[in-house]
Amino acid sequence: MDETSMTGMTQDTAPTDADEEVSQTSESEGAYWRENVRLLCSLMAIWFACSFGAGILFRDFLDQFNLGGYPLGFWFAQQGSIYIFIALIVFYVVRMKAIERKYDLDD
Amino acid sequence: METQTLIYIFVAASFALYIGIAIWTRAGSTKEFYVAGGGVNPVVNGMATAADWMSAASFLSMAGLIAFMGYDASVYLMGWTGGFVMLALLLAPYLRKFGQFTVPDFIGTRYYSKTARVVAVVCLIFISFTYIAGQMRGVGIVFSQFLQVDITMGVIIGMGIVFIYAVMGGMKGITYTQVAQYCVLICAYMVPAFFISFMLTDNPLPQMGLGSELNDGSGVSVLQKLDNVLVELGFNQYTAGSKSMIDMFCITMALMVGTAGLPHVIVRFFTVPKASDARKSAGWALFFIALLYTTAPAVGAFGMYNLLNKVDDVAYSEVEPFFTSWENAGLYAFQDKNGDGVMQYRPGAAFEGKPEFTGETGPSGERLVANTPNADSENEVYVDRDTLVLANPEIANLPGWVVALMAAGGLAAALSTAAGLLLVISSSVSHDLLKSTFAPNISGKGELFAARIAATCAILVAGYLGIYPPGWVAQVVAFAFGLAASSLFPAIFMGIFFKGMNKEGAISGMISGLVFTFGYILYFKFVAPDLNSAENWLFGISPEGIGVIGMLINFGIAIAVASMTKSTPAHIRKLVDSIRVPRGAGDAHAH
Repeated sequence: MDETSMTGMTQDTAPTDADEEVSQTSESEGAYWRENVRLLCSLMAIWFACSFGAGILFRDFLDQFNLGGYPLGFWFAQQGSIYIFIALIVFYVVRMKAIERKYDLDD
Repeated sequence: METQTLIYIFVAASFALYIGIAIWTRAGSTKEFYVAGGGVNPVVNGMATAADWMSAASFLSMAGLIAFMGYDASVYLMGWTGGFVMLALLLAPYLRKFGQFTVPDFIGTRYYSKTARVVAVVCLIFISFTYIAGQMRGVGIVFSQFLQVDITMGVIIGMGIVFIYAVMGGMKGITYTQVAQYCVLICAYMVPAFFISFMLTDNPLPQMGLGSELNDGSGVSVLQKLDNVLVELGFNQYTAGSKSMIDMFCITMALMVGTAGLPHVIVRFFTVPKASDARKSAGWALFFIALLYTTAPAVGAFGMYNLLNKVDDVAYSEVEPFFTSWENAGLYAFQDKNGDGVMQYRPGAAFEGKPEFTGETGPSGERLVANTPNADSENEVYVDRDTLVLANPEIANLPGWVVALMAAGGLAAALSTAAGLLLVISSSVSHDLLKSTFAPNISGKGELFAARIAATCAILVAGYLGIYPPGWVAQVVAFAFGLAASSLFPAIFMGIFFKGMNKEGAISGMISGLVFTFGYILYFKFVAPDLNSAENWLFGISPEGIGVIGMLINFGIAIAVASMTKSTPAHIRKLVDSIRVPRGAGDAHAH
């Protein structure tokens, strides 16, 4: 999201903060953060699409379809988006754990 | 056994349980008081968050809103759940890694400014009191209906109970009582829903029942039937909405962002051991919340269906006892406009305002009201929306213990949220105002004492607001979200994701967002309520949804001001770097 300030920061502080190890951690931290932000953006896009998209903006179109007795747009607004929200968080928890392990930054 | 006796037993037993837990988990240090010692298991915390989150509005009012608003009420369903995605992805793990006690702690430290901290405290107190007024009112409604005491007395009893466990137990006490309260409230909500769903559709799962065929042989689903009946009576179709798309969009967004910015929810994520636990915990919280939220549309629709069947076109002299019992509580009323003794339920208000009973009875035995009849509508029935959930088991003729469970559940929902709110108010006073700003030399013991005094004062104010409420439950609560969305959320979000955001930007953003949103709500709800209609609204956005514009103003002003003022100091940039990685969270620490 603010990658310019991030790289600027590494350059500013690395000389004062002495040894190489620090700048190395910063590098993997930077890569970790970029990967995290990329993941966030795609998950937030799904979040937006299922609630604001399917539940509000395109509901009139979707309502011509039927799911288990519900008009589809109405179903997204009152049921479906909530299930998708849970799935999004579960996916994020699992994915982030893997990304943190990859960069050796897990807690 | 009599239903009334059962209600007393259920409510008394649940109160005894809460107080027992509070005594067992008494807080001994500020850390235990503020963040339960920081070692709460993520699943337990998720459950506590769910109880904290699901207020009297979720439990009592939401299904009623859905029943009377149909599709339009989707704003609450999506808005109050989607915020947890934002919390889990955008805020919770970073705030946990930051690892202090309160939301103003984060804002004050991240924006290296006591002013920012105090502004955050003001926003927080504002939001929390708006929210808490609704909870105390909810307690009052439950008491007045089920325990035959008046609303004022009900609020006072509720205050007493919250006082015992919030003031003594602090966050630690609250966490474990909230777990118990979640169990009570979810059972109370689900059990009647299972029963009613099974009775109407043979499918015990309410989430499926709502779309299933009715078992009366008509061959149509509950939703279709509701659509048909309502249209016949002149209402909007149940599955169609009447709000404009932009208003739907903005209200949903304001509720989502507001959820992510509510201090009493955020602070729950300070209590888990690790940053990654905060993510997990948000997922569990949403799971526990979704159990109720996916059931609510069914409860609302079933309630509406039963109400239409048992009230509309029924002679008052033959109405089932639930109607008269709620009429006696002053929450239902029948004004026989055409003098035929039969209740016509139609769109529009039966009469102006809330019922004012004359104390006399009419020709059919109904309680007469003094209100001016609304000549524009044939409607003769007044039904308080907040009663739908509580009345549901009675309307469906469920056994007495289900009604009793309902009463205990409603109280659990209201009390758990009230306690969570009281805690953030008291900790922001004792910790952020005293310890971190005005009296830095205060001892740990002194701070703990101050926190308890602050909690006590907050309970008294909340009780006052509950007895003299500024509106009805869900509506009051809806404003708290707009305020949170426009003030705290942008400041926290930019604090994590935008390193260049400095104190000047954050402070001016928070103030302008809060002032704009509060001013808009104040204008349309209190200064000029007669102008409160779509043609006068800014871009057609109602006061409930205006928090979104407030949030955009906050972001815009903050970024503009930040670009014109000194950049963020190096040590703050380092702090942001450190909260972005989960490793090394450690305990939530005092400073």
